[in-house]
Amino acid sequence: MQFFSGSSLTSVAPEATPAPAAPPGTGTGANAQVLYVFNRNGVCLLYREWHRPLRTLDATQDHKLMFGLLYSLRSFTAKIDPTTAEKGNLGVPLLPGQGCSFYSFKTNTYKLNFMESPSGIKLILITHPRTGDQRDSLKHIYNLYVEYVVKNPLYAPGGPIKCELFNKHLDQMLWNVCVDT
Amino acid sequence: MPPLTPPKSGDALFASVDRVNAELFTLTYGAMVRQLLTDLEEVEEVNKQLDQMGYNIGTRLVDEFLAKSNVSRCVDFKETADVIAKLGFKMFLGVTANVTNWDAEGTSCSFVLEDNPLVDFVELPDTCQGLQYCNVLSGVIRGALEMVSMKTEVTWVRDMLRGDDAYEMRVKLIKQVPEEYPYKDDD
Repeated sequence: MQFFSGSSLTSVAPEATPAPAAPPGTGTGANAQVLYVFNRNGVCLLYREWHRPLRTLDATQDHKLMFGLLYSLRSFTAKIDPTTAEKGNLGVPLLPGQGCSFYSFKTNTYKLNFMESPSGIKLILITHPRTGDQRDSLKHIYNLYVEYVVKNPLYAPGGPIKCELFNKHLDQMLWNVCVDT
Repeated sequence: MPPLTPPKSGDALFASVDRVNAELFTLTYGAMVRQLLTDLEEVEEVNKQLDQMGYNIGTRLVDEFLAKSNVSRCVDFKETADVIAKLGFKMFLGVTANVTNWDAEGTSCSFVLEDNPLVDFVELPDTCQGLQYCNVLSGVIRGALEMVSMKTEVTWVRDMLRGDDAYEMRVKLIKQVPEEYPYKDDD
């Protein structure tokens, strides 16, 4: 198993920090199930879960799989875009934000919402399949990331996020994610 | 499909961020440069240190800029330069810069600042003539652009503290560095 290079100080995969399971909500809370935040080098900065009944892989494999999936999906969706004129070869790596941006895929059991900033920060939110468009929520999470993580002088860029305020605001915000029937 | 929010204009951006008193900012920066000069003594060392500090600031600043301004990926370097001059400088320093002197390939340009909040009340003494007082700005631009996959080189061409009529920094795009798949395939 390869450890990916990311933070320079500790080359050990950051440990998954599952949040305590959100209390069963009355009403529309707790539709957000799992959140991943990756940076441009594939380092998983944050992994939080609120509701994940089945875990098949260990944490490092899970993160690698997720990052690899999104890297490939992004590349693939940009290359088969029928509206842009110019396409590179499939193997050519893309700049973050270049090409069309896919933002979600849905299966019968879950929906995966994705957002990538031009600086390479990828936010992945897994929700109930009938949740509406989460692009605004993801944008809001990105704003929270800026406020509580980027501006935090104790945070080393490229390392795992261990900030209580960020987690708290995240939980508060995602409590309001509604099911859209 | 809900409409995506369009990028804000420079003035709207400036109004939406928290602002700090300009004199406090200027005096704090001046005190910091003064302290660096006392600690490091060599003007070249201070220049390098200011650039490094700017680089660290820039790598974090870019996320705040992208989050608040809603700009999507710039298509080419010309658009990048315009965004930095009109939105970036306005949002963080409250002044806009002009982009001039494009070279033939479109990879190198100058940002001209008429007024620069970092240098109010500043005079360079004779012992510090080699000091690039605003070197932190070149570090910020270099750091921020590196986080959006552009390797650049930033140098100061004109400096009002040395008798020129404006502040001009030259930004040269060295190359675009797309992200590579970070994991090895043999797993």
